Amino acid sequence: MSVDTQTGTTAGTPSTGSVLEIRDLHVTVGEGDDAKEILRGVDLTVRAGETHAIMGPNGSGKSTLAYSIAGHPKYTITGGTVTLDGEDVLEMSVDERARAGLFLAMQYPVEVPGVSVSNFLRTAATAIKGEAPKLRTWVKDVKSEMEQLEMNPTFAERNVNEGFSGGEKKRHEILQMRLLKPRIAILDETDSGLDVDALRVVSEGVNRTREEGQVGVLLITHYTRILRYIKPDFVHVFVNGKVVEEGGAELAEKLENEGYASYLKAAAEGNQA
Amino acid sequence: MSASPENTSTTDALAEDVAVAPATLAGELFAAGVGAQAGPPTTPAPGTGAAGQASPGAHSHGGPAPTGSPAERFASTDPDAFGVPTGREETWRFTPMKRIRPLLDGASSDAHLTWTTDLPEGVELTSVEAGDPLLKGLPDPVDRLAALARQRSGGAAVVRVAAEAQLDRPVTLGLAGTGSDEVVWGQLVVEVGAFAKATVVLDHSGLARYAGGVTVLVGDSAQVTLVSVQDWAPGAVHGGQYDAVVGRDATFRQVVVTLGGDLVRLVSNVQYAGPGGSAELFGVYFADETQHQEHRLWVDHAVPNCTSNVLYKGALQGESARTVWIGDVRIRPAATGTETYELNRNLVLTDGARADSVPNLEIETGEIVGAGHASATGRFDDEQLFYLCSRGIDAETARRLVVRGFFADVVQHIGVNELQDRLMASIDTRLGALPGLDEQPVEVA
Ligand SMILES: Nc1ncnc2c1ncn2[C@@H]1O[C@H](COP(=O)(O)OP(=O)(O)O)[C@@H](O)[C@H]1O
Ligand SMILES: [Mg+2]
Repeated sequence: MSVDTQTGTTAGTPSTGSVLEIRDLHVTVGEGDDAKEILRGVDLTVRAGETHAIMGPNGSGKSTLAYSIAGHPKYTITGGTVTLDGEDVLEMSVDERARAGLFLAMQYPVEVPGVSVSNFLRTAATAIKGEAPKLRTWVKDVKSEMEQLEMNPTFAERNVNEGFSGGEKKRHEILQMRLLKPRIAILDETDSGLDVDALRVVSEGVNRTREEGQVGVLLITHYTRILRYIKPDFVHVFVNGKVVEEGGAELAEKLENEGYASYLKAAAEGNQA
Repeated sequence: MSASPENTSTTDALAEDVAVAPATLAGELFAAGVGAQAGPPTTPAPGTGAAGQASPGAHSHGGPAPTGSPAERFASTDPDAFGVPTGREETWRFTPMKRIRPLLDGASSDAHLTWTTDLPEGVELTSVEAGDPLLKGLPDPVDRLAALARQRSGGAAVVRVAAEAQLDRPVTLGLAGTGSDEVVWGQLVVEVGAFAKATVVLDHSGLARYAGGVTVLVGDSAQVTLVSVQDWAPGAVHGGQYDAVVGRDATFRQVVVTLGGDLVRLVSNVQYAGPGGSAELFGVYFADETQHQEHRLWVDHAVPNCTSNVLYKGALQGESARTVWIGDVRIRPAATGTETYELNRNLVLTDGARADSVPNLEIETGEIVGAGHASATGRFDDEQLFYLCSRGIDAETARRLVVRGFFADVVQHIGVNELQDRLMASIDTRLGALPGLDEQPVEVA
């Protein structure tokens, strides 16, 4: 686990390496009496150049963590802090977070009828860069990234996520990550529902981003499968709304062999105590 | 989840597609004393047993249980057979009677619209006198307004597309109001020969009080797209009945785009002359403050192996903006192998606007491929907004993209690029004038 000594740099400072710091994060869903605490004190630091895998059983709150960082209005932050290079992320609107350098590849990407992929990508790139990308280089960049992700060129004319297969949706998420060049990329179960070929293609896309450096990756997954393609520097076991164990890549192997049973048992006992 | 008979809420979040609830016997649904002019029932019964569940792209096989045979819809060429509507009748209860009154009084007039035509090779524009056999063969008017239009127009303009013609561009009839207070009565017949392929655009503009009937006769195996654009100037009143008679193995597509005018009330009926026909009815409407836009559809499946697909989308902004969508589909006992789906979505952009949405399905045979409907009225879809914003797009731009996309989803079915671009530009202008789109609340279902 990296030691948290770096002081904040402003979001505008280029390439000295961003850091996302999550401290004692508590999050609920639902209103009033129906409010239910999902995150129960999450601590995590992700630096540029690092890849962190978050592994946990279904329902442990992994997507809640991802959405809370991205600012989904469904989730209420009841305690703790999230900062990016010292800036308070929780104070930012959803779009400000993205422009500050956060990116979330969603587990369930949303259909937007009538909005073409090419229009969407260009609007997003314009928003992130603060100016419209030069048309000629932009078209070339999009084409080349799509080729590398083995996406059909006609894809750009389709409506965002409408009628996409599971694999197409995930490729589209990674395409956006490649084009928007975030400082911190959170990938929520990008591996789920992919066949072996798609998993390889998508993983290669993530690895290209990592090799270009200066991006911190938070890889949320249920299975260890994707970790054969994307080697994490750190593995965090996530159970019942918090990180219960941390280690290096070897921890993933242990999970592969033993599953989450012992953690779930411990969490259940902890709840009773 | 059962189908909601009326979706009049202005604040619900866009609901999930609802499964179909077949209506019960129409006899149980008609209010006592409504009589022959009641038209099809517009109040579906709450979920009654075996529902023919279907969503776009998903079929239910085996089909739902038949729901009995409803009363026939009254139709006549005699305006007086309908009586003068009071506004309490089922077919008129949503319509602002004062504003539509001139089209129901029936004063004869010589007022005309100004026609600008573009007729590609293979297309003939002529006219026939009243009493011509062609007119006798048309489907009858279903309300007084339509009967008056048929009678007072004293004949009809006829667009003929020869059999097997493949037009190199759309037939365009620009129909412009001249600002006269007198009612313009019109009847148009579009006759497309077998195996021909044609797109016909009716482009309404200007200021008029217009009652216009349109009948499209689609020859066997022909492929016809009829586009009707209501881009009227403020103050215009437009009512009319559109009929399509779809030939064997023919394809009929209708795209209705209602943007302008004070009051627009269009009744679109589809019937099939032989098996294997397919009808797609698309519509978009955008009602501002004071506008009333009413679209009533009636698809009558009476022969085997035909399909129908209805998609209407509307947006409303401003106090007292008002839209009505009625979607009636009937599958008669002989119409085995029918596949039908209808969907109406309304996007309420500001408080005080009201959208009525009444889908209704009458199923009289169990041997269908699939039948379903869905209706939803609400605010922005917050998951869509979140997705766009999470890519750095500010909330205002995201909302514009979503509304634009909401319309483009239908407009892109027209298949005429210049017209699509013009309509989207016109919608953009309307959206640009929308105050405080950035202040719309983000609500989460
Ligand atoms: N909107 C919601 N309302 C109620 N419970 C929710 C909501 N969203 C998520 N949850 C609950 O929060 C828990 C964590 O969900 P999630 O973060 O999706 O887990 P994971 O991604 O690890 O599978 C689950 O028990 C889920 O049922
Ligand atoms: Mg999840």
